[in-house]
Amino acid sequence: MIGLRVEGLAHVYLAGAVRALDGVDLEIGPGELVALVGQNGSGKSTLVRHLNGLLRPTEGRVWVDGVDAAGRTVAQLARLVGSVFQDPDRQIFAGSVRAEVEFGPRNLGLAGTQLRAAVAEALAAVGLDGQEDANPFDLGDTRRKLLTLASVLAMGTPVLVLDEPTTGQDARGMGLVRAVIAAAHGAGRTIIAVSHDMSFVADDFDRIIVMSAGRVILDGAPEEVFAEEQWPLLASTFLEPPLAARVGARLGLGSTPADAALIRALADRGQQLDGKGAKPPHQPT
Amino acid sequence: MACSPGSHETCTDTVLSLRGVSYRYAGATDPAIRDVDLTLQDGELLGIVGASEAGKTTLCLVAAGLAPRTIRGSLSGTVHLDGEDAASLQMHELAARIGICFQRPWTQLSGVCETVFEEVAFGPMNLGVPRQETLARTDEALTALAITDVASRDPARLSGGQMQLVAIAGLLAMEPAHLVLDEPTAQLDPAGTRLVADALARLAANGASILIAEQRTDLLAALCSRIIVLQAGRVIRDGPTVEVLTDPELPRQGVPETSAGRLRRLATEAGIATELLDQALD
Repeated sequence: MIGLRVEGLAHVYLAGAVRALDGVDLEIGPGELVALVGQNGSGKSTLVRHLNGLLRPTEGRVWVDGVDAAGRTVAQLARLVGSVFQDPDRQIFAGSVRAEVEFGPRNLGLAGTQLRAAVAEALAAVGLDGQEDANPFDLGDTRRKLLTLASVLAMGTPVLVLDEPTTGQDARGMGLVRAVIAAAHGAGRTIIAVSHDMSFVADDFDRIIVMSAGRVILDGAPEEVFAEEQWPLLASTFLEPPLAARVGARLGLGSTPADAALIRALADRGQQLDGKGAKPPHQPT
Repeated sequence: MACSPGSHETCTDTVLSLRGVSYRYAGATDPAIRDVDLTLQDGELLGIVGASEAGKTTLCLVAAGLAPRTIRGSLSGTVHLDGEDAASLQMHELAARIGICFQRPWTQLSGVCETVFEEVAFGPMNLGVPRQETLARTDEALTALAITDVASRDPARLSGGQMQLVAIAGLLAMEPAHLVLDEPTAQLDPAGTRLVADALARLAANGASILIAEQRTDLLAALCSRIIVLQAGRVIRDGPTVEVLTDPELPRQGVPETSAGRLRRLATEAGIATELLDQALD
């Protein structure tokens, strides 16, 4: 179980003067379940690429497991922080599904039955078991994306970084991704996911960090971040609370950004009405 | 002019028609789409949904005339565009009539333009649109998708979402009569998604016919009047948006529910009367 901390983190890509990150301070504890949201170009992907050393700070520091990441190589950080890219084609390189998933854990020193078990478990988690011999490039886009998730899962890193894991997933893929995240969280791994899907982050994450123009502008539980008083701030960076939050506010049920929270609040409201002897909307005849 | 079944070759209202279309990629044993019959009317926005690998991308490529023209495979059945056999059209004739937006913007960008402005102007320039009009269309497209601030940046160095907006701006600037989009909002944030939806609605209002494959059923619910469902390469449903998207079978067919549909289902499953919810959702 390890934690992450960034201090005064700024990043300027060499190509231009854009400050993709402009002073980020953040602490993520061991086992936290965190979503990063924000407009395109707000710095989410740039931030997470600092966590495993793919990018190095222009200013500021990144601490992984209490140690300054500046003193560690990407290979050392990769044992701690597993990262799934947004675009699977920038990650996949092997000629078979098995070889692709074996690569990571093998480089961490796994071999023999241990390696086979890690690969089998990861492939089963994303529903790709039985397709070990397929060429990754013969798989459709969404299966390729699930494959990259399996490759990183198999490494068993204490931290998992997922860049837009649900993009382009159909109903089944969405269910698989959600189950993978819940299981990894249940196993005590720290999860950091970048997403544009506000319902997904409100339903499945404990903490939401909102970024805008390279800074963190909101950080809290879903019901805090999506509370009505924050809507103007969210709108200023073109974010919209999930439908459940808007319905909850419209019905005066408080902040209910997660589907489950809204359903609970609706059920409570129904019971209150019954308790007061109020007439339910439709009496059975 | 009234369109009678089977007379699509001469019908002016039907702009795109597929009859008994199957497509098998070179080297594949099974066709990716089978026996697809589909018509698209002038100004119509038609949504395509389906599980991953149900054939949505293939249908897009076939409808845009790119498969088998640029992607090896065998096509059976007929594809008619504006009443002409798509196979008989030259590539430049096709490009002037029908635009296509690929799923991944980095495969769409020309790779030869140094700035976003040039990239967006690339399409109309190559269609021979006069210089002044090309500049005006480029400005308009950049403004419509709110990317004027990146006009002088290198398109290859943008974020995934910004790149996707640039690719779509390039299509808007070509002012295609017909447009096929394969998950155009996959990389986009909610604001970008809304800008694209608005731009597509405006195009359709101006008479363009649009075919759009998407997993985001919320977007299709807001945009399309009609939706088809693909399963294992076949069209298993073709109907009005509301009917198709409220079908309880849809998740079993691999299609994500709309947000409103999901809330209604969860409320029903929890035994809660949906009247309150329905009021708030209207």
